[in-house]
Formats: sequence, C-alpha cells, structure tokens
Amino acid sequence: METTYYIYNLIANSTTELIAAVIVAIIPLLFILPYALVAIYGELKISAFMQDKLGPMRTGPYGLLQPIAEVFKLLQKEDITPDAADKPLFNIAPVLIFVGSYAAFAVIPFSSYFAPSGLNVGIFFAMAISSLAVIAIMMGGWSSGNKFALLGAFRSVAQIVSYEIPAAMAVLGIAAMANTLNINTIIESQSGWFWNWFLFGGQGGIEKIWVIPFTVVMCVIYFISSLAECNRTPFDLVEGESELVAGYATEYSGMKYAMFYLAEYANMFVAAALITILFLGGWSSPLGDILNGPIWQLAWFVIKTMSIVFLQIWVRWTLPRIRVDQLMFVCWKVFLPISFVCFLAMALARMVQ
Amino acid sequence: MSYIKNITDGFGTAATGMKFTLKHLFSPNVTVQYPNTNPYTEISAVDKIPDRARNRLLLDPDICNGCTSCARACPVDCIEIDTVKVIANDPDQPTLSDGTKRRLWLAKYDINFAQCCFCGLCAAACPTEALKHTTVFDYCTYDVNDLLYHFSTMTPEQIAEKKKLLADEVKAKAAAAAAAKSEN
Repeated sequence: METTYYIYNLIANSTTELIAAVIVAIIPLLFILPYALVAIYGELKISAFMQDKLGPMRTGPYGLLQPIAEVFKLLQKEDITPDAADKPLFNIAPVLIFVGSYAAFAVIPFSSYFAPSGLNVGIFFAMAISSLAVIAIMMGGWSSGNKFALLGAFRSVAQIVSYEIPAAMAVLGIAAMANTLNINTIIESQSGWFWNWFLFGGQGGIEKIWVIPFTVVMCVIYFISSLAECNRTPFDLVEGESELVAGYATEYSGMKYAMFYLAEYANMFVAAALITILFLGGWSSPLGDILNGPIWQLAWFVIKTMSIVFLQIWVRWTLPRIRVDQLMFVCWKVFLPISFVCFLAMALARMVQ
Repeated sequence: MSYIKNITDGFGTAATGMKFTLKHLFSPNVTVQYPNTNPYTEISAVDKIPDRARNRLLLDPDICNGCTSCARACPVDCIEIDTVKVIANDPDQPTLSDGTKRRLWLAKYDINFAQCCFCGLCAAACPTEALKHTTVFDYCTYDVNDLLYHFSTMTPEQIAEKKKLLADEVKAKAAAAAAAKSEN
C-alpha cells in the first residue's frame, strides 16, 4: 500500500518527518471535534423527531448552535474533585478514556490515500486499544469514592469484557476470510460492487450464497456487541440514570465530564468505522470503479460510518435498557455459540474458495 | 425450544419498535412553538386551545350587581368584594347596563390570580353573566402583586362620596325614627 501514507509523504517531503508525523496524528482530532458536535446535534434532533417533538430550536437557526452552547456550558462549570476521591486516578481517568478511543483512530483509514498508520495488525490493534475504555471507566468509577460510581464501574467491566468475545469472534471470522489483519488489505479484498462486501460473503461467484446468512448474522452480532462496548442504550447499565444516578460519571463535572462525553461519541464513531471496515467495504465505493477516487472514498467512508452512527442513535431511542442477567444471557448463551457457528462457516467458506 | 423462541421474539419485538420509531421520525411534529405561534389563532382547529377553556377572568363592572355569589362560590377565596348601598334618592340614578336599577355600588372588586385555581365556579354562580373567562392565558408578571386585578371603576373620591350619602341617609332615617318615637 504505497498510497496509504500519501499525506504523510507529501508533508515529509517539504518539511521534516517529525512535523509530518505530528500533523498526521492531529488530523483525526480535527475530524473528531466537528463530528462530535454533529453527532450531539443529530442525537438531539433525531430523538426529538422520534417523539414527534422539535428538539432544540432556540439556539441559532433550528438550534444549530445547541452543541456549541452545551460545550460552553460544560466548560464554565466548576471542576469538583470529591474529598473521598483518589485524586491522581480520578484526574487521569477522563484523559485515559479519550486516549483509548483516539488511539483507535490511528489505524482507521479514511480513504486509500489517508490512514494515519497502515499497521499490519491494524484490526487487532483497534480491538486491543479500544478495550482501554474498561480500565478508564473502572479507574474513574472506583476512584470517585462513590457507591453508585463503583457499581457502574463493576457493571461496565462485566459488560465490556463479556461482549469483547463475540466481537472478537466476528473480527476473527473476517480475518479468516480476508486472510489478513491489515485493515487496508481487508478493505481491498472487498473492492468491486457492494455484493463483494463481507456482509454479503466477500468475493466470489454465486456459489458463495450459502455463507451470506452466516456473515449477516455475524454483522448483527458485531453491531450489538459494539453497542455494548460503547455503553449505548439498550446496554447503558453502566450509567443507567434511573438506577445509578450517572454511573461511573456521577462525581465528574465540567471539563472532565466533557471528556467522557466526547469519548463516548468518539467510541461510537470507532465502533461504526470498524463495522464499515469489516462488513461494509470501508472506503471502497459500492458501485465498483464508479466514483472511486480518493476524495470519493472519503465521502463513501463517512457516509457508511454515519449511517451506522444513525443506526446506533435509532436503536438508543427505540429500545429500553435490558436487565443485568439478560445482558449476560444474551452474551454468553446466545451470541457466543452463534458466533462460533458463524465463524466455522466463514472459515469453511475461505477453505473451499 | 424456548431458547429459539426467545431469540426470534427478541429480534421481532425490536424490529417492531424500530419500525415504529422510524415511522415517527418522518411524521409531522406536534410541538407548537408557543411564543412565536399563538395557540388560539395560528394553529389547526384540532390542536388549538378549546374556546371554552378556563383562562383569566374578566368582570364587566357595568353588569355586576354586587351580589357576591362569586366570592362565596370561590373555593380559594381569591375574590374580594366591597359594596356600598345605593340610597333611594341618589343624584346619579344608577342603572345596570341591562336597564334595571343598581342597588349596590361596586366599591371594590379584586381577583387575585396568584391564588385563582381556574375552577370556573364563580362564573357559573354569576346571576348576571358579568364574570366570564376570556382567552387570555399568558399574563405572567415579575411581581406577584401585579396579579391582583382591580375591576372596580369607582375612584376613591366617588366611594367616599357614596359612603357619605349612605351615612347621611342612615342618620336621617335614624333621626326620623327618633322623631316618630318621640311623637308616640
């Protein structure tokens, strides 16, 4: 993949490699911040429309400035550290949770001409680094010195660690079918028309049709598992406000809470981007070679990913929170056996190819 | 087999819910942008506030005969009425707007809308239909005392004058009665 480092090389040729590395590292941040504003606005508006309401209408035309106003509100708030808190850990946790979701952007390719890193074990790195959120949530919840925060952190660990396994099985199935862990290669092996996506069984003729149900089921399993890993409804037991005040974030306020907030939306994007990469062909155009230039690839990637983000929001405002025992039942007794079967089928599809 | 049924039920009910929210995502909103849109005049007949809704009260002091039925009907005692009797040979010869003779001067008619519960018992009790509900519902004030509405149109001088006339008549009657008693 000589074009993966296109922007890096462009900058490095005219300046130094250090400057190029810093700029390439900052580009995802420049994407996350506006994306978070759009996602917050979208969440407010979509949730309101689903309830036949209007949502924010007063801050700017159609409430467009509402997310900015909310950020300013959070910035103005007093930054309180409770007496009972373990101060160093309490202060590190919000940074760490954002580091976890931001680091995952290192391997997410926005286009065939831009990926911050073309790591050979890219998908493995993304899985591993996004698990850092567990440590950050546990850290924040435990160090708060608050029983609600601690309970929320307990639930978070149980939930995220459990749902990593079906998610990992899905990634494993795709890795087996693509024969690689490199994200760019995974995407390239889905190039061509949209029926070459791994959602529809990957490359191959009409004889691949028997594997399509398994890949679709695997995609659904991965989507639901990623919801659980992002602590989104219906898996928001971690911060279920009717039970645990605000879960692990109970004692956080001001800028630190804003970091958790930002990390939640960044995590949503990472989860959606991984689904796009694994099942929906990443940046490749659904129409084969039509509209498949570098800029179009960026557009395709953002469109696909934002559709998944919309799906996450849609699910959140439809389904109620599930019970803790149901959460564990769904993971260990439903997703795990089914994902094993699907993985075997996908591996078999690779063998007979 | 309940295992399979649980899974299909779970996805089936989730799909039903998702379909429902998707339908509502594209259905028209029911919110009325209130200060920008008048909920009486600018919205559809289905959504507007009913004409018979009980809002702020309005008293017509020209019809009110000062019977105090409303004040006695009020469950929260927010109506305060003070009347002065009209003497027989009053120089004004007052009439109510329906032409009948006025028996009582309406010296004070105060409604405290900070206490009013909008039950409508006062308007129902009114024998002359002087007290009615209007369509005015947005009359918030910064000072709670501004919610005390004075409906009487008489000035303090007029009230003092009418009280003096009544006192004079009472005195005259008392004097006449005393004279009649002394004659007996």
